[in-house]
Amino acid sequence: MIHSPYIRKPASVQRVMGTVLVALLPGLAAYVWQFGAGILVNLALGSVAAIAIEALVMRLRKRPVALAVGDLSAVVTAWLVVLSIPPIVPWWITLLAVIISIGAAKHLYGGLGQNPFNPAMVAFCALIVAYPALMSQWPGAGQLDFAAQLDLILGGARQPDGITAATALDALRTGMRSGASVGTVFSGNSAFGMAGGRGWEWVAAGYALGGLILLGTRVITWHLPAAFIAMLAVVSGLFWLIDPTQHASPLFHLASGGAMLAAFFIVTDPVSGATTPRGKLIFAAGIALIAWLIRSFGAYPDGIAFGVLLMNICVPLIDMKTQPPVFGHRGGHS
Amino acid sequence: MRSLFRFHGGVKPATNKAASTSEPIVKAPLPRRLVVPLHQSIGGTPHPLVRAGQRVLKGELIGAADGNVSSAVHAPTSGLVTAVEPALMAHPSGLTMLSVIIEPDGEERWAELDRLNYKSTPPDELRDFVRDAGIVGLGGAVFPTHLKMNPGREGRTRTLVLNGAECEPFITCDDMLMRERAAGIVKGTAILRHLLQADEVLIGIEDNKPEAVAAMQTAVRAEGESMEVVAIPTRYPAGGAKQLIRVLTGIEVPHGRRSTDFGVQCFNVGTAYAVFEALTCGHPLISRIVTVAGNVDRPRNYEVLIGTPMSDVVRLSGQRTDTTRYLMGGPMMGMRMPGFDVPVVKATNCILVASDALFPPPPPEQACIRCGECAHACPADLQPFELYWFSRAKNFGKAQEYHLFDCIECGCCAYVCPSHIPLVDYYRFSKSEIWARERDKSASDQARERFEFRNFRQEREKEEKAAKLAAKAAETRAKLATEPAVDGAAATPAADAAEDPKKALIAAALARAQAQRAAAQPKNTENLSAETQAEIAQIEARRRTAGSAPAADPAPAGTAASAPDTQP
Repeated sequence: MIHSPYIRKPASVQRVMGTVLVALLPGLAAYVWQFGAGILVNLALGSVAAIAIEALVMRLRKRPVALAVGDLSAVVTAWLVVLSIPPIVPWWITLLAVIISIGAAKHLYGGLGQNPFNPAMVAFCALIVAYPALMSQWPGAGQLDFAAQLDLILGGARQPDGITAATALDALRTGMRSGASVGTVFSGNSAFGMAGGRGWEWVAAGYALGGLILLGTRVITWHLPAAFIAMLAVVSGLFWLIDPTQHASPLFHLASGGAMLAAFFIVTDPVSGATTPRGKLIFAAGIALIAWLIRSFGAYPDGIAFGVLLMNICVPLIDMKTQPPVFGHRGGHS
Repeated sequence: MRSLFRFHGGVKPATNKAASTSEPIVKAPLPRRLVVPLHQSIGGTPHPLVRAGQRVLKGELIGAADGNVSSAVHAPTSGLVTAVEPALMAHPSGLTMLSVIIEPDGEERWAELDRLNYKSTPPDELRDFVRDAGIVGLGGAVFPTHLKMNPGREGRTRTLVLNGAECEPFITCDDMLMRERAAGIVKGTAILRHLLQADEVLIGIEDNKPEAVAAMQTAVRAEGESMEVVAIPTRYPAGGAKQLIRVLTGIEVPHGRRSTDFGVQCFNVGTAYAVFEALTCGHPLISRIVTVAGNVDRPRNYEVLIGTPMSDVVRLSGQRTDTTRYLMGGPMMGMRMPGFDVPVVKATNCILVASDALFPPPPPEQACIRCGECAHACPADLQPFELYWFSRAKNFGKAQEYHLFDCIECGCCAYVCPSHIPLVDYYRFSKSEIWARERDKSASDQARERFEFRNFRQEREKEEKAAKLAAKAAETRAKLATEPAVDGAAATPAADAAEDPKKALIAAALARAQAQRAAAQPKNTENLSAETQAEIAQIEARRRTAGSAPAADPAPAGTAASAPDTQP
């Protein structure tokens, strides 16, 4: 028996996920332009693996396979995790990333909608702890041609020092450790570009453009990216103003690492994130704060993934404490 | 320009209103049979005042309001009552309801009609009149109107809101009523205003009905009334009473509170028109405007007598062959009818003719991804997905904590849900579960109270008994102590009594019982006639002479029961 309402907006999970994939395209285009097509190989590999694992797990769980594969959520997870890790990781790292994110972080908790942690970030954290060397080999802009990248992905000989350069965040860390000031570190290293890491500024701009698509199509609300960007800018800006020789500028922080990808695509994961308007602000600001702390004082060059997982833990509490007042129960009336 | 307020959320589905507004309202022809349910308002079921075989006149009272929270029911036309029996209700449950079945005689002869001058009639009489005219909220809620015709605690109302928003897709009955009968609506509103002592009157109409807005403005000017016709932004559910009050006045009436507590009262335009008709023409509520739309060739509005089978009305618009069911109301909140021939009732604003092509069954339900679209659309500012999770987990306490009962079931959340979850069904389930549990709880509370009282009573009786016994025992003991032993039989227990008061008590009780028996036994023969007693004496004498009888029987008439005692 069907009850009211009898009409529905033409919306679907598939359409939401499809919009996210489309919104990733500008960033991806900039990525390929600046760093070569190697990322596409891992992206394709990750997508196929994601679909296969999703189908396999749904089959094992005796749930409708076609519906789950068709909603494209597995492909979105795969894209996000592949875009978070270096583009030239060997194929089995990509496979592992997808298995951890979809097989474990998503389906062990009950599948789509049930996972308390961001699947892509769980995989990222697991891999950076397990394979720190492979996970920090990022090619410089224009450094490797496609053949070399393909060779590395498919398991060719790896001579990391020769093929990769330190990223901007890495270079900054090492430089600061050796007692140099921000200015000298920047001037003496080809990893730095106009704003953040060389080449990465364009990718970040692409992600930001994609973020606007998500905002325009109302897949995300402004709260999460705004709070994330604002917090990262405020906290880094504050320390930069106090001592610009010891702290990088807000612009550098925003344009480096995965900041833009995180602001529009990672912290906006609806399933594992806070849902109330105020809760979203707290959640995203918390991630930005943790990320900046780890970047500035921690053992890893970037801390967004850890920030996301730590804030995921807080989501039930945040949501509970930030329930918006319902109709007629706002202040003013008794 | 009045500055308006906005309510959170809402949706903008295709309105589908144009098709049914191209033709004026037309009277639906008299059907062969009218089925008038007695219960057509919130509150008590009216008592039937007619029997099968009785003739009734148009507008004659056939069901009297049961108490004040109820509303009268009238014969929609003149004719013959063929039965007063349960008939299928216009409700998805498929339950039946006591109804008066009338076979029209086609003469449309009116009963004697009462009119009232509202200005010279005391308010209490006016309210009773409206109750007895069977007027209820025609927006669909069918709340008895006379109960709302009250200025509230302060004795006056700040704002009287007239609801002509009509936000549900497909429905145009209020739109057409305002276009064609604006003067009547304004006159009815003036009556309501008089009763409510309202300072201002705001007539809210969604801005997708410019003709209705213009007609109402003209009528207000023509009647010389100071009422404001306000075009409000078209956004479902702007016609919800609370949403409309919010839009027009900025006041949010919380769940469980009356709008009169905030100085506001709200009526549907159709209700105002019915009040006008009742007071000025004397016509009780026996018909209403009904939109027929959806899967029909010629969508249109009809003036339909209450009790007309829905299929009779739909036929006028040309029902298409692939029709699967009727909905009463719109596509957002309408109710599925259990059959095609259920009667049009006072709540029937629209018969939406449905087919699988027009309203396809929803795609398969997917997992909730907490995207928040539902929260974005909820006009009650709820977090529908949280309510969904709690309902799914049957965590009803938490669902209530998250204001489940503030949900007005408008359907916005389910309308926007990308996972196609029938969210409102989950809330309906939770609400009915909570109601059922509360009923069970109050039943079990009563049972527990009864049980506890029974225990208390038994305990009290036991104590009283014990106290009585103790008192008696003390008395007996005192007696035994003072009375000297008369003979051996009595002496032994008396002697024992000195050692054991309990034994003395038992002995005393035994003695008492014997005395009682002795006193009771003669009763068997006491009331016999003299002849019978003589007969018994004769028999006794015979026995004695025969020598088989007991030697001595102290009682005048020894019975069989006492005989064995004396045998060895």
